[in-house]
Formats: sequence, C-alpha cells, structure tokens
Amino acid sequence: MSARVLPYVLILPVTLFLCLFFLYPFILVSQQAFSNGSELTLDNFREVTSHWKFPISMKNTLLLAAVVVPIQVALALLMATMVSKMGKGRDLVLYIWTIPLGISDLAAGIIWLAIFDQSGFLNSMMHGLGVIDKPLNLLSYQHPGVVFLAIALAEIWRATAIMLVILVAGIGLIPKEYYEAAEVFGASPWKRFLRITLPLLRPSLQTALVLRVILAFEIFAVVAALGGTLFPVLMGETYAYQFDLLNSRAAAAMALIILGISIGFTLIILRVLRVPKGASI
Amino acid sequence: MTDAVASAPGADTRKSARFLYVSAVVFLCAWVLVPIYFLLINTLSSPETVTSFPKPFLPEFDMGSLTFFAGFAGILTALKNSVVVAGMTMVMSIVIGAPAGYALSRFEFRGKGLFRLLILLTRAFPLPLLALPLAVLFIRTGLDDTAFGLAIVHTTLAIPFAVLITFSLFSGIPIELEEAAWTLGCTRLTAFTKVVLPLILPGIAASAIFAFVISWNEVFAAAVLTIENRTLTAFLLQNLDTSPLHLKFAGGFILVVPALIFIFAVRKYLFAMWGIANR
Amino acid sequence: MAEIQIKNVAKIFGAYQALHDINLTIADQEFMVLLGASGCGKSTLLRIIAGLETATTGEVWIGGRRIDHLSPKDRGIAMVFQNYAVFPHLTVFENIGFGLRMQKLPNDEVTRRVEKTATLMHIEQLLKRYSGELSGGQRQRVAVARALAMEPDVILMDEPLSNLDALLRMEMRAELKGVLADSKTTAIYVTHDQVEAMSMADRISVMHQGKIIQAAAPIEVYRNPSAEFVASFIGNPPMNFLPARPAGAGRWTVAGQTFDGPQADRAALQFAIRPEDMQPAEQGLTALAKVVEPLGAHLLVTCEVEGKLFRVILDSDMKVRPGETLTLAPQPDRIRWFDPETTLAVA
Repeated sequence: MSARVLPYVLILPVTLFLCLFFLYPFILVSQQAFSNGSELTLDNFREVTSHWKFPISMKNTLLLAAVVVPIQVALALLMATMVSKMGKGRDLVLYIWTIPLGISDLAAGIIWLAIFDQSGFLNSMMHGLGVIDKPLNLLSYQHPGVVFLAIALAEIWRATAIMLVILVAGIGLIPKEYYEAAEVFGASPWKRFLRITLPLLRPSLQTALVLRVILAFEIFAVVAALGGTLFPVLMGETYAYQFDLLNSRAAAAMALIILGISIGFTLIILRVLRVPKGASI
Repeated sequence: MTDAVASAPGADTRKSARFLYVSAVVFLCAWVLVPIYFLLINTLSSPETVTSFPKPFLPEFDMGSLTFFAGFAGILTALKNSVVVAGMTMVMSIVIGAPAGYALSRFEFRGKGLFRLLILLTRAFPLPLLALPLAVLFIRTGLDDTAFGLAIVHTTLAIPFAVLITFSLFSGIPIELEEAAWTLGCTRLTAFTKVVLPLILPGIAASAIFAFVISWNEVFAAAVLTIENRTLTAFLLQNLDTSPLHLKFAGGFILVVPALIFIFAVRKYLFAMWGIANR
Repeated sequence: MAEIQIKNVAKIFGAYQALHDINLTIADQEFMVLLGASGCGKSTLLRIIAGLETATTGEVWIGGRRIDHLSPKDRGIAMVFQNYAVFPHLTVFENIGFGLRMQKLPNDEVTRRVEKTATLMHIEQLLKRYSGELSGGQRQRVAVARALAMEPDVILMDEPLSNLDALLRMEMRAELKGVLADSKTTAIYVTHDQVEAMSMADRISVMHQGKIIQAAAPIEVYRNPSAEFVASFIGNPPMNFLPARPAGAGRWTVAGQTFDGPQADRAALQFAIRPEDMQPAEQGLTALAKVVEPLGAHLLVTCEVEGKLFRVILDSDMKVRPGETLTLAPQPDRIRWFDPETTLAVA
C-alpha cells in the first residue's frame, strides 16, 4: 500500500470510533440540553441554575478545586524534585508514590471513610491520645469543615500521583548540563529550581494542570463515599438529575455547564503557562 | 582558614539537611501507605470489629468481612463484570489506538494536526458525561446494560492514552531499523512483525494494562449505563447508603488490589509514556 | 553488471526543493562518493536510489532495469545506515542472516554465508552476542556484514563511519575500501568528510543545494575544481581567492603583481591558489602574517593580502612570527581562475 494512503487507513479506526462515540453523543447531549422536546430553549439551563442546590454545588466544586489543585501542584513538584536526586531506593519510592494512580476515586473515598468514619481510625487515635472519650460522628452536618477536609485530603491523596508522574517525566527531559551550568554560575539549589526546573517544566506543568483541573470538576465518587448529600457537587447533581429525578434534559444541561467550566479553565491554563515559540527544550 | 575548621559546620548542615530529606521521603511514603494499611486492617477484621470502637491498629486476620463480601448477593457477578468490561476495553483501545499511534510517529500527512487535536480534545473532555446520551442510544441499539456497551464508553476514555502512549513507544524505535528491514527484503508488514513488534511488545502490554486500570476504576459511566450487569464500582456506589461498613471496606480493598499489582507491572513505562506524550 | 543511471531526478518536500534535475551515471563496480555539507541533498539522493524516498520526477536504473517504482526489497540493493540499525532483539548471527532468511534460503546456506561475511569483517567470535553488548565499531562491522551477506548488485552507505572515533574511522576506512573492492559490487557512499571521500572514492560527486556541482576523480576535483564552490569546499584549508584585474594580453593583476592567465574578455576574474602552493620568494604577493599554527608536519599561517584572508602552508622549519610581512610566490602551474559572475572555472 502506498505511503500516501496508509496513514489514513491507520487512523481510520480511531477517527470512526471517536466520531461515533465521542462527537455524536456530544452533539446529542447538546441537543438535549437546548431542547424541551420540540423547540430550542434555555429552559433546561434556567431550571438547573435556579435550583437551590446549584449555587452550593458550584461553590463546593470550585472551592474544592481551588484548595486541592494548588496543594497538589506544590506537593507533586516537591516529590518530583526529591526523586530527581535520589540514588538508591528511587524505584521503590517512586512505586509507592505512584500507587494512588491506580486507585479509583471510589476506592479512595472508601479508604478515607475508614479513617474519618465514626468508628474509624481518626477517632481511635484521638481516643488513644485522650483527646476525646467517645467517638464523634465526624462526617455529619454538624462538622461541615471536617467533611470538606476529608474530601480534600482524599483527593490530594489520590490524584497527586498523576501530576507526579507527568512532572517526573518532564524533569527527566531536562538535560543535566543546565543544572551544572547554573551551579558553576553560582546558583543555589533553590535558585536552580526557580530559574531552571520551573521554566523548563512549563509544558509538563501545563499538561498536568489541564488534566488535573478537568478531573477536579468531575469529582464525584470521593464525595459520594465521604460526604454523600452533605456536600453537593456539580457531577453528583448531574447524576441525581439523571437517576433520582429522571430528568435527562436537566442532566444534559448540567453536563454542558461542567464542560463549559472545564474548557474555560483549560484555556486559562494554556494561556498563562504558554511556552514562547522556540523556548522549549 | 584550614580545611578542618571550614568543613566542620558545613558537614553539620549537610547532615541535618540529609536528615530532613530522608524524613520527608519517609513521611510521604507513609502518607500514601498508611491509609491503605487502614483499609487492610478493616478488610481483615471481623464485621463486628469493623464497627467497634476504639479500633485495633493491627489486623486480626479474620476472614469474616471477606466471606460476607463474597457471599453478598450480586457482588461476584459485579466483580466478573468489572473484569470482562476492563478486558474488552483493554483489547479495543489497543487494537483501535495502536495503528493511529504508529501513523502519528511514522508519517507526515495532511490533517495530522487536526487528528492530534481530536485526540487531545478527547483527553481534555469530561468524558463520563457522554454516558448520558449514549444511554439513550444504547437502548435503541440493544447495547444498554451490556458489558460491551460500557466497554465502548471506557474505550473512548482509554483511547487518547492508548494513542499517545503507543505514539511515544513507536517514536522510541528508530525508523532506520524498519528501513534496514525493507532493504533486506521485508515488506512494510513483515518489517513491522519481525522488527517493530518484538521490540514494542512490552510497552504495548503496559499501555494495555493502563487501559484496563482506567476501565476498572471508572464509576460514573458504569453507574449510568448498567442496571442489572453492574460493575464492581457501580455496585458499590449504588449500595453506598445501604450496605454495611465491612462490605464497603472489603469492596474497596478488592478494588485496590489489582491497582497495586498493575502499577507495579507498568512502573517502568509510566514515565516514558508521559515524557513524549506531553509534546 | 550493475551500472546505475540517475536520470533527471528531482525531489520537492512541500515548498522546499531538495534535489534539482540530477543526472549521474555510476559504472559497474565503481566506488562513488556523494560529498557535501549537511542539507545538500546527498542523503535524499541515496534514499531515492534505495527506495526509502520517492523522487518527485525522474528515473533510476540499475543494471539496465528501471527500478524507481519498485519497493526497496526488489531493487537488488543493500544499505548501511549511519546509526548502523542493528536489530537489538536479534543476535549478530540473526542480524547478518536476516536478509537471507527473508529470501527463504536453506539453513546451511544461511550459516555458510553468515560465517563467510562475519570472517571477512572479523566478527566471527561475536555471532552469539546482541547489539547491546557490542561497541560502536563492532556494530558498524555487523551492519556492513549484513549488507555484504546479501551479495547485492549495489551497496549504499549513508555516512557509515561518522559515529566512530577518529582512529577507528581511519582503520575502518581502509578496511572497507579493501572489502568493497574484493566484493566487486557497485558502491555509493554518502559523506560530509572530504578526507573519507578523497581516500576511498573512484569518483566524487560534490553536491551543493540539491545539485551535483562536479563529478570527477578525487585528484581532479582537488586540482581542477570546476566551480568556486568546489574550490572552497575541498581541501583543508580550502583554496585562497583574490580579485584580479585585466592587464592586457592574457596578463592579470593580482595584489599589485601580474600573472599569466586566460585570454578572456572579462572585467574581472578570481585568482585562486591552494595554501600549499605558495612559497617564500624574492618577488611576489605581500602578505601580513596574523596567526601562526605549527601543525607538526607543516606550518599553517593565516595572513592578510590587501585586507583579504589568505592562508598558506609552509615548511615547519620556517620561523614566522605574527605581525611579520612575508613575500610569497605562487607555483605558476597551480594557479586557477574563476569567473566571479558564473563562479565557474575559466581555462
């Protein structure tokens, strides 16, 4: 087969598959969101946004992302730099640190439930230290702060690994000579991190952030396992519209709102962290 | 100043910096491992101990929770469904994705930029949301509530990764190896099977495992698209409010175990995969 | 018989023309070197002959058979790559035998030919190894053996020695020349290294910006460059150039001196001379020495003649200091003349 046709033959399966199961359903979901069965309308959006839970779930989702993502970036950067100069035991440490990568959000929620539950390990520890004498029901409406903390911790615990992997791979691409040159010119380790690692890591940071932020707006199962209805989030409301209220048009409208927010933030990240042409490694 | 005087305080700060570094590494390892250990304790404790207070910090190696889990109605079917769906996802995403990865790494063709954009767009999209319209579509085509239907959605989820990972794997094989094979009497196909495939196979296996994990862990689409044939994640999610604690913990543990094994199996490729896939 | 004919071959990549209307005939058993700087199109031309690249226009013939529409495997060629392309998942034996196995030769024939070529390349003790266990030089030998084992009509080599260190390169150069002469195959060899080209080639094709500027025997290319580009590309250091004005009756004035030159009706010419063809004399060009580099066998002196860069190679016993003024005379029969407008040689 000629080299002119072959690449198209090779990408045909993916293209067909994505058109059928990605673009087509995307069109369907948009249609559904903008229709009431007969005509174009914004009613579905009006309906979901005027619901009393919408502002809360929007606030919760954004707040969670605003708290979790920066901590994850900092933590992943710290871990990645720590690993980069590690000699012996690097493989073991990296393996341990990347374990959460394979753990689903649901399992992560359950794991942190074992800690924050009324009969959980946090209560047991506080009891052992004599702080409390009977277990507290931490994940209840009396302790909204603790619910938030538990969800945030579970998210940080679970999803820092994906950033770590992307950043470690990115640091691996930075030639060692740059650091040696900077060291010769008298840059301290902190300055080297600030002036060399961070700028050259920008493409990886970009990828990691986009991926993480999008996933942060999709947060669902961790919340379901830890907070249930105590902490409404956008994706959970979408699920509720579809299943509990059997209103798929409203669910579609919610889906588009989540999508809109994701795209908006993706564009912002791409813009802020853009790499000048020719300035990459 | 002599060396001895100069080196004494320097060695001291170096020692304390070293101590700080090692303890940070240990702490971060514990941060990952201890919560999993807690889950292990709960899983290997009797149902009574799981709900008792205060908790022991050592497992009592009681199989009560796990036996209860295994005996709970529908859970073994759910486990089987999870494996079947993840297996299908694994095969489909590689079979469909790898040729595209090869095309991206070996050819310059018109529309390549557009194609890459489509792939990246898929990756940057809250895909589980598409389960909603697909649910309707699947009812019409009879794919609703089937392992295959769900596997299709999970494949959409796994395909951008499969394409980008195989792209970087193929890019790691110098084109000269293939060209050498052509000049030595191979066709494009035999050069691929005799030279590229043997070299790429471990990497393909790693990306297949990655696809498996993506499907195994997916909750939202699974919960939306299956009713009778729940996967394990969907089953646990559906029963979160009603199921006893020890069932949740045992279920969570069963979800985590393959993850531990799979991440171990693909650890070598994890970083290589992302290195080039970022470009 | 494997004469290669390249007829009107051109190659265009998008908006970039890599090759312009190439015509070249390479005789049976000839060792042809394509020489040029990177990006001159030499590798593209080789890859078109190999079938790894398709020419935009033109034809390629080998042994009287048009082959430009055939796939690489059907062209009767073998190729040695710059990075060797030794298959990492196969042993040295299986690497050398790879092409023979593709031809479905019987086992004992494969073994016989692999062992023969391995002995020829002095790697018979490495047959069970994998490429990861070989040094660069050994990998190079495997790559050559793999090509020779095919007993091809034509062997194509793309910078095969450029990844070796200097000493090994010199050793392999001589060895490769001998082996290829014995094998009686036609060879095309791409390099940017003029020493390699001079020492190995029967004929050199000097390429520049997608064109063959001169195709001739090495000494001819060196002594009688057909264009300014060849004169300034071949030789280390290259030829010196000075502007010349007509002084009438075939005489030309260069830096205040007059020399015999072509009877050409032109307002100006370029006077050219190789650095080693200048000698100290009573009368000649006045040169101001700037940098003096003793190179052991001789002395390289970088001078200025009327403000123009001018290099000479002198005997290493001569004492020259920077700032000194030298009087140098060219060896008359080694002077060459070029037309500044066409940049071509003028006889």
